[in-house]
Amino acid sequence: MTRTTGPSGHLLSGVEPDPARDAGHDDAPPRVGFFTDTSVCIGCKACEVACKEWNAIPEDGIALAGMSYDNTVALGASSWRHVAFVEQQVPVPVPDGRTELPLFAAGAPATGTDTAPSIPGEARGDAGGGVRWLMSSDVCKHCTHAACLDVCPTGSLFRTEFGTVVVQEDICNGCGYCVPACPYGVIEQRPNDGRVFKCTMCYDRLGAGQEPACAKACPTDSIQFGPLDELRERAALRVDQLHEAGVTDARLYGADPEDGVGGDGAFFLLLDEPEVYGLPPNPVVTTRDLPEMWKHAAFAALTIAGGVACSFAASALTGRKSRR
Amino acid sequence: MTGSDVTRDGVRGARPGRDAAPGAFQQRGRRRRKGEEPMVPRAEFDSYYGRPIIKTPPWSARDIAGYFFFGGLAGAGSVLAAGAHVTGRTTTAKAMKLSSIGALSVSAAALVNDLGRPARFHHMLRVFKPTSPMSVGSWLLTGYGAFAGAAAASAVTGRLPLAGAAATVGAAFLGTGVATYTAVLAADTAVPAWHGVYRQLPYVFAASATAAASGMALAVAPTRENTPARWAAGLAAVGEVVSMTMAERGLGMVAETYRTGRAGTLLTTARVLTVGGAACAAFLGHRSRAAAVGSGAMLLAGSACTRFGVFAAGIASAKDPVYTVGPQREVLQRSAAVDQTPRDDRRPA
Repeated sequence: MTRTTGPSGHLLSGVEPDPARDAGHDDAPPRVGFFTDTSVCIGCKACEVACKEWNAIPEDGIALAGMSYDNTVALGASSWRHVAFVEQQVPVPVPDGRTELPLFAAGAPATGTDTAPSIPGEARGDAGGGVRWLMSSDVCKHCTHAACLDVCPTGSLFRTEFGTVVVQEDICNGCGYCVPACPYGVIEQRPNDGRVFKCTMCYDRLGAGQEPACAKACPTDSIQFGPLDELRERAALRVDQLHEAGVTDARLYGADPEDGVGGDGAFFLLLDEPEVYGLPPNPVVTTRDLPEMWKHAAFAALTIAGGVACSFAASALTGRKSRR
Repeated sequence: MTGSDVTRDGVRGARPGRDAAPGAFQQRGRRRRKGEEPMVPRAEFDSYYGRPIIKTPPWSARDIAGYFFFGGLAGAGSVLAAGAHVTGRTTTAKAMKLSSIGALSVSAAALVNDLGRPARFHHMLRVFKPTSPMSVGSWLLTGYGAFAGAAAASAVTGRLPLAGAAATVGAAFLGTGVATYTAVLAADTAVPAWHGVYRQLPYVFAASATAAASGMALAVAPTRENTPARWAAGLAAVGEVVSMTMAERGLGMVAETYRTGRAGTLLTTARVLTVGGAACAAFLGHRSRAAAVGSGAMLLAGSACTRFGVFAAGIASAKDPVYTVGPQREVLQRSAAVDQTPRDDRRPA
């Protein structure tokens, strides 16, 4: 078996064409994943609902967050899909020869008062700016080099034959190490339960030859499920298409097998910088540096032994005359 | 609540500044912070409503920072115990062996208590994974516990002195690992303040563990036997100040999580206590028992403050997205400067 190793010669980072096979699945089917095309997301949250229903995820608080239409706030133990709503002010070019309708002023006479709903001046159409809404359904990235899986001390997290990363709930003892290890802040401990939970890419449905619930429910095909190779090709074509249409901000996120996590199993087409959506701009699997960490820890352990040995030697030298 | 709060003049009782204006909640850049102002103006970053990007570790400070301290005390204590054993300082050796097994017991209790499912603690020993510092640590603690327990039992009962000596050496060997692997445990995460210092943190923890152990030795050993502990305290204090300074220097903007807030207070206190305790031990530790105990207590408290301070810095750096985005943007800018032709997927033409 040929093993492709990372630049530093180990399997902790770098290009990794077949994570499932390297995890020991000899007859692994093609690696599958999600391509989330945020340019066609309409923010309906059908994915969130479908995910909650199919996976029987408990309710985790019904509260208004004050973040546009986003009351899920973030991915977590009980939110395996999260639709982000970003409100941005962008200049809107007005084509020549087209009449610009007064958008908000029209409502004023109807109420019969001068105190029309007070909308900040910059939000009005006449300020020369428009509002654009970025919506994006976030999910576990099922990294090629998954830090959560690497650091799990119990073997609860494992790589499936589909190349995805899943928690075995009967093994997890809630040590919580995977939580800060994830560079995307996906996996989380569920209060009142103690164990960690995250997206399984509907492992049960995959086994039955079905697509995950979120992709099934998505009405605009913003969430596309399929073999990862195929999705990457389609995504590249979609970016080209958007660029030709003048959407120069369109870019892929997590599609590059050479990035810090070896590419994501769930990647995205974004219309702005990743951090605008709450995604890290350059995530790196923390275990990339683990060999060097162990090396430094070994040296540090030697310094303890050496320091203590020096202390005893020094006291023997200086204390010789005072002792006897 | 009955009726509608919505009136012609707006929403009754609404707090000011809550209008859903575009971008109203979008935090561009940073809030004002306490402490010193940086010399270079901060770069501005976008974030998603100021929400953190990574999840904060779910560990409680008492259990995990406490474990860092007690694990270090136990591990480095075993090394001092072995030294004392070999050089015939029997009172110190016995006291340090007992201190180590005691600190180990507290560590184990804290670790199990911090689990989401404490009853499943034994799942830690299902597998051995070198990629998981926690797995390595679990096995290390298990092996170390056996040696440290045997060494202490032999010292107390006086039986099987040869086996006791072997266990003492074994505990000292594994103890150095117990005292330092916790730095890898913290650094092998996406937490910026911990991962960013993965080269220096093992030395900080090694020095801090030695400071704690020498403090314990000063507190429990008779003054005629405490010269090595006084030397060790001095070396540890120097090592801790140097390694901590190096760590902060290499961190860039994230270093401020070590200098401000709870972490800043704890680490400043730690520095004063450790250096003060070591100085007190060096100049007064051999003269009076009270001075030795006092300086030992200062060293122990200083080590605990270091661990809780490092822990607090990590939590602070995880909670603010600027510490996740800032360093990552820097890396991207540096690689973009090297590679003048940007990749298609990042910067479309």
